[in-house]
Amino acid sequence: MRIGVFICHCGENIGRTVDCAAVAESCGRFPGVAYSIDNKYMCSDPGQNVVKNAIREKNLDAVVVGSCSPHMHEKTFRKACADAGLNPYLFEMANLREHCSWVHEDRIEATKKAIELTRIAVEKVKRNDPLSPIRVPVTKRSLVIGGGISGIQAALDIANAGFEVVLVEKEPSIGGHMSQLSETFPTLDCSQCILTPRMVEVYQHPKIKLLTYSEVENVEGFIGNFKVTVRKKARSIDETKCNGCGNCQQKCPIKKKAYSEFEENLAFRPAIYVPFPQAVPNIPVIDRSVCTYYQTGKCQMCVKVCGREAIMFNQEDSFVTEDVGSIIVATGYKLYTIDKKPDESAIKGYGEYGYGKYKDVVDGLQFERIASASGPTSGEILRPSDKTVPKKIVFIQCVGSRDEAKGFSYCSKICCMYTAKHAMLYKHKVHEGEAYVFYMDIRAGGKGYDEFVRRAIEEDHVKYIRGRVSRIYEENGKYIVKGEDTLSNMPVTIDADMVVLATAMIAQPNAPKLAQTIGMSYDKYGFYNEAHPKLRPVEVSTAGVFLAGACQAPKDIPESVAMASAAASKSLVLFGSDFLEREPTIAKVNESVCAGCFYCQKVCAYNAIEKKEIKDRNGNVVKVIAYVNSGLCQGCGTCNAVCPSKSVELIGFNDEQIYAEINAL
Amino acid sequence: MDRTHTSIVHVETLSDKIERLTNQSPMLCYQCGKCSAGCPVRNYMDDSPNKVVRYVQLGFDDQALQSKTPWLCAGCLTCSARCPQNFDVAKFMDAVRQISLEENVEIAEKDTVAFHKAFLNQIKKYGRAFEFGLVREYKLKTLNLLQDVDVAPEMLLKGKLSLLPHQIKDKKQIKKVFEK
Repeated sequence: MRIGVFICHCGENIGRTVDCAAVAESCGRFPGVAYSIDNKYMCSDPGQNVVKNAIREKNLDAVVVGSCSPHMHEKTFRKACADAGLNPYLFEMANLREHCSWVHEDRIEATKKAIELTRIAVEKVKRNDPLSPIRVPVTKRSLVIGGGISGIQAALDIANAGFEVVLVEKEPSIGGHMSQLSETFPTLDCSQCILTPRMVEVYQHPKIKLLTYSEVENVEGFIGNFKVTVRKKARSIDETKCNGCGNCQQKCPIKKKAYSEFEENLAFRPAIYVPFPQAVPNIPVIDRSVCTYYQTGKCQMCVKVCGREAIMFNQEDSFVTEDVGSIIVATGYKLYTIDKKPDESAIKGYGEYGYGKYKDVVDGLQFERIASASGPTSGEILRPSDKTVPKKIVFIQCVGSRDEAKGFSYCSKICCMYTAKHAMLYKHKVHEGEAYVFYMDIRAGGKGYDEFVRRAIEEDHVKYIRGRVSRIYEENGKYIVKGEDTLSNMPVTIDADMVVLATAMIAQPNAPKLAQTIGMSYDKYGFYNEAHPKLRPVEVSTAGVFLAGACQAPKDIPESVAMASAAASKSLVLFGSDFLEREPTIAKVNESVCAGCFYCQKVCAYNAIEKKEIKDRNGNVVKVIAYVNSGLCQGCGTCNAVCPSKSVELIGFNDEQIYAEINAL
Repeated sequence: MDRTHTSIVHVETLSDKIERLTNQSPMLCYQCGKCSAGCPVRNYMDDSPNKVVRYVQLGFDDQALQSKTPWLCAGCLTCSARCPQNFDVAKFMDAVRQISLEENVEIAEKDTVAFHKAFLNQIKKYGRAFEFGLVREYKLKTLNLLQDVDVAPEMLLKGKLSLLPHQIKDKKQIKKVFEK
């Protein structure tokens, strides 16, 4: 072999502690080394040219650079090798900086160690094979899960770039929580007014396939090549025939049996319903749990009034399969249910402040509906119990947030702002009313946010009291709220007519299930984990899957929209080329010795191990063995470590190469 | 002390009165405490200056009016100069003192009131401070007869304590000021 060795001084970083010239000279005497030299800066342009020229002039067939960490410059030197016509995988790096000069002081000993480290790299490179990157085709189509503002934004961005999108929403209409909001902080512009045009745009976009009342059932495949199965829940309506006239809703005799989910249980809805008048699509669903037909087989009023024969009582769930190249998860949040322990959940109920017990103790989303012009009170602030105007209203922040004992240790981030908004809306509508806010800290980070809170205090005279409320009880039709202002050390008691609790934002209860379906990790609260908290905030550890909105952590509308556009652009980066190039250093199964125990499958963190049937000539299955999906494998080597028959090999890091490295010491 | 907030909106609160007198809303204060941190007489006060503002903000009017703090305030304006919200704390304290006197509330620092009154009387009479008269009137009002007498001989020797008052030339101007 003709190996070239290049020892870098890294300015003084290596040269100060290691005698680089001596290292180069010693390495020149290793068997197989044809050329050895040291240089002040190997990564610089002239430094790279030294490598390139040596490959050509000295006819080198492998290269070792002793310099910094491969994290820093492996790519640089691989490219230099490739430029000079050498396969980039016939290159190895010895880390003489982090592993030697930076951690040692004795020049003689450090120099000796540098020689040893280089010897290891030389022995490895002797056994390297030329490799080429794996090419994976890309399906230029995206799946967006969740039709709230994040999902809508992501879908529109991708569709407007000219690529197809499948948007899956589990509710009968898209719009998410934003469609329930009255006004938005800090500008107080109407939420529906800015949202509904986007919802319509999604519906009419030729590149967006909208699947509402649907849920993702299964995800197979890998980046660029996902196969997704979506369950379309039975609406009991023929979507192709319904024109959204609304006759069925009006005539449905079920008037006071089912609470409206959209109105946060503050109003009733019929058994056949669209969630709200601006729903997209404007096609109803039948709630079979309350519909008389499904209980007794009678009624059929909706069938009688439907001029389009669109009612399909016997409709069943159907499944559609979609091929997509990327997945954007935008499943959003829920509010903490605080009255009792929610079913099928490890979450403890808050059990304080009388939510669920007193009718006039409501949560943030309920107050949004009360304040909304399209809500059950047409925007008039009225108590749910007796429909009177509350003269005194108390808002309590951090209910379940920042509460290790009864809720969650995290801050829900948006409550300070929406509470200020609520108090402001109340004061704008009930001029003589008094609004009190109990807070622990005011966290109003954001453009115009702190100014907004100050406006509530200074202009609208909302009284902010610093401290948690100890308890709330009913007395003579008033809700007695007891607390203390910790700034003046004065106990405070307020006889309120209504109480609004800013309850914690929590992950969707079924978030872990979807995470397992797609192959994402999630934190102890059920929020999805990003790949890197700072530098890869919209990616997850599974390639080709991106996050948008509050499914990752509590966040407000502008942040969700920004994240959605970021996730869309990450998808578009993927769609920019026809093929993906991936590192060839992945696992490979030796099919002749694999016993099919599938320990590897159990330990694989990326779901990359599949089962493969080996058949004889007649098509009979001889044995089932492990097979590595090259699109999913990240080359971590865990399968290699656990295989009892040593039949998994990590390309570029096989046993022979590793033993040679050890023996070189 | 427990206190229930009641919904009588038409009654002018202490906060409203102060806002009327000073032309600035006590709600401006966001309780950062910078005023108290720099106050030279903070150590002699019972409540920190920002706490008095807090009482007013939340309607604990009695606590604000009974506090010693407004009467110990030296009016040096350090707080007003430093306030990040441009809230004039000294002006606020002045308003609290004025309202206390107008409403005849039990004042925590009666001696301070006596001193203020004695001082103003000297100005009224002579148009300028007459130290001996000031001391005489203050001591008669408070009966703190022996307070600070040890410094009197030295002040006399240095000529800082004249036994006879000096008049200013145009006492009419002073009269006009007091009439205002």
